Amino acid sequence: MTRSISRAGAAFGAALLVVALSAAPAFACGGLIGPNGAVNLLRTTTLAGYHDGEEHYITAFQFAGGGGSFGSLTPLPGIPSKVEKGGDWTLQRLVLETEPQREALFLAADAVGAARSAEELMKVRIDALDITVLRGGPAEVGKWATDHGFRLPPDSPEVLDFYAARSPIFLAAVFDGDAAAERGEAVGDGTPVHITIPTDNPWVPLRILALGKSAAERVEADVYLLTDRAPALLPAPDGSNGLELGHSAAATESLLTDLRSDRGMDWVPSSAWLTKVRIDASAPQLGFDLAIDASGARQPSRVMAGLDLPGSVVAPNPWANVLRTLVALTFTIGGIGGILYLLIRRPPLTAA
Amino acid sequence: MAATMTAHRRPGRLALVGGLALALGLAGIAAAWADAPGSGPVTVEIPIRYSHYERNEVAIRAGVPVTFVLRNGDPIDHEWIVGEAAVHERHRSGTEPVHASSPTEVTVAAGTSAVTTVTFTKPGMYLYICHLPGHEAYGMVGTLRVTGG
Repeated sequence: MTRSISRAGAAFGAALLVVALSAAPAFACGGLIGPNGAVNLLRTTTLAGYHDGEEHYITAFQFAGGGGSFGSLTPLPGIPSKVEKGGDWTLQRLVLETEPQREALFLAADAVGAARSAEELMKVRIDALDITVLRGGPAEVGKWATDHGFRLPPDSPEVLDFYAARSPIFLAAVFDGDAAAERGEAVGDGTPVHITIPTDNPWVPLRILALGKSAAERVEADVYLLTDRAPALLPAPDGSNGLELGHSAAATESLLTDLRSDRGMDWVPSSAWLTKVRIDASAPQLGFDLAIDASGARQPSRVMAGLDLPGSVVAPNPWANVLRTLVALTFTIGGIGGILYLLIRRPPLTAA
Repeated sequence: MAATMTAHRRPGRLALVGGLALALGLAGIAAAWADAPGSGPVTVEIPIRYSHYERNEVAIRAGVPVTFVLRNGDPIDHEWIVGEAAVHERHRSGTEPVHASSPTEVTVAAGTSAVTTVTFTKPGMYLYICHLPGHEAYGMVGTLRVTGG
């Protein structure tokens, strides 16, 4: 079972990368693309599962062949309690559950270096993948990435600001292509990563998928959600915003059983709701993230969707101001009228 | 007696007020001339944010030294390369990692400022561009108009 699904996954090329820090040796001057700077775009697949107050964010980094290193940066909603190798077939099994045809996507980088600007909260080596959990603002994370050989694209300052305003936690991953080759990994093999994050609600960063893309380019990705009940999503995947609801139904018993039998997937509950959001958007269209309310309150956060800034005040209803003004005027006029009435009706003073 | 003393004080006060007015006037004239373009050292600040020159149009006079202060507020490096079309064409396919040898080609490291002084002798329209990969296409371009001295 494991091997057959794993092979199927490789054939479908299901693995993916979360983000996009394009990188190559640090160079300046126009048009320079390093020997491993070519970007091979594959379709991305991610699972955001949520159960017992923890988000299980599972994605895979695919070996695209050649030497050098590949890098990515993923914003996280909180500090992970665990980063470990993901199950071998979870993502592929999800793909099989909803549709068999897949592609995938990846990016290149050349990372080395040791300078540390952002705080390194956790470092984990998974096969040929070096993962570092960072905490810092845009400047710190940007410096860390640059110092480690990433070439951040020109839209990265704004995108880093966008994420750091809500959470200063980022996960940087460097995939060492040379190490992967030495390990005998074949092109298309993916390294699944399972990130466990204690959080009030699951969340999936989407805007960062457009990082480094021109206005004419498109973002294609599939996001699977496995939650205790049907989630409420913001923005709603209505097809007009580049998000489309591809699947929404109670997860089948066979799916849950298969997922639970994979490495590190014993958290999968006995019943759950499976949602698939298909992303097919132009890069400028994807200016938001996917906020999810899995609590049943059906109130996904506008802040987590990136539609409001943290601490921003909801715009007051103009009619409320009109109403307040009318009430104040009523009291004022009433008060003046009352005083005038008392003055007019005051009995004349009489001598004692 | 008293009237005589009063009469003697008035010219003194008037002189004091007049002197102050004159000093203020002269200071104002001096300040006005000091700000006039082309009359002395000129400083142009160009802040950089979100991979854009926040000041993307600059006009200066030919023959006057102009000090450009480039403030990079981004967490990534940028460049400020100014010149004619041929200069930019060369940089679009260039491979220099850092620009430091020419006052018209400046690398501004992330979160820092760089200062360069240039005297443009030939009137005309020039562009200043960041030629790091993807930055020009992203809109990191400004226009420098050099008028006759």
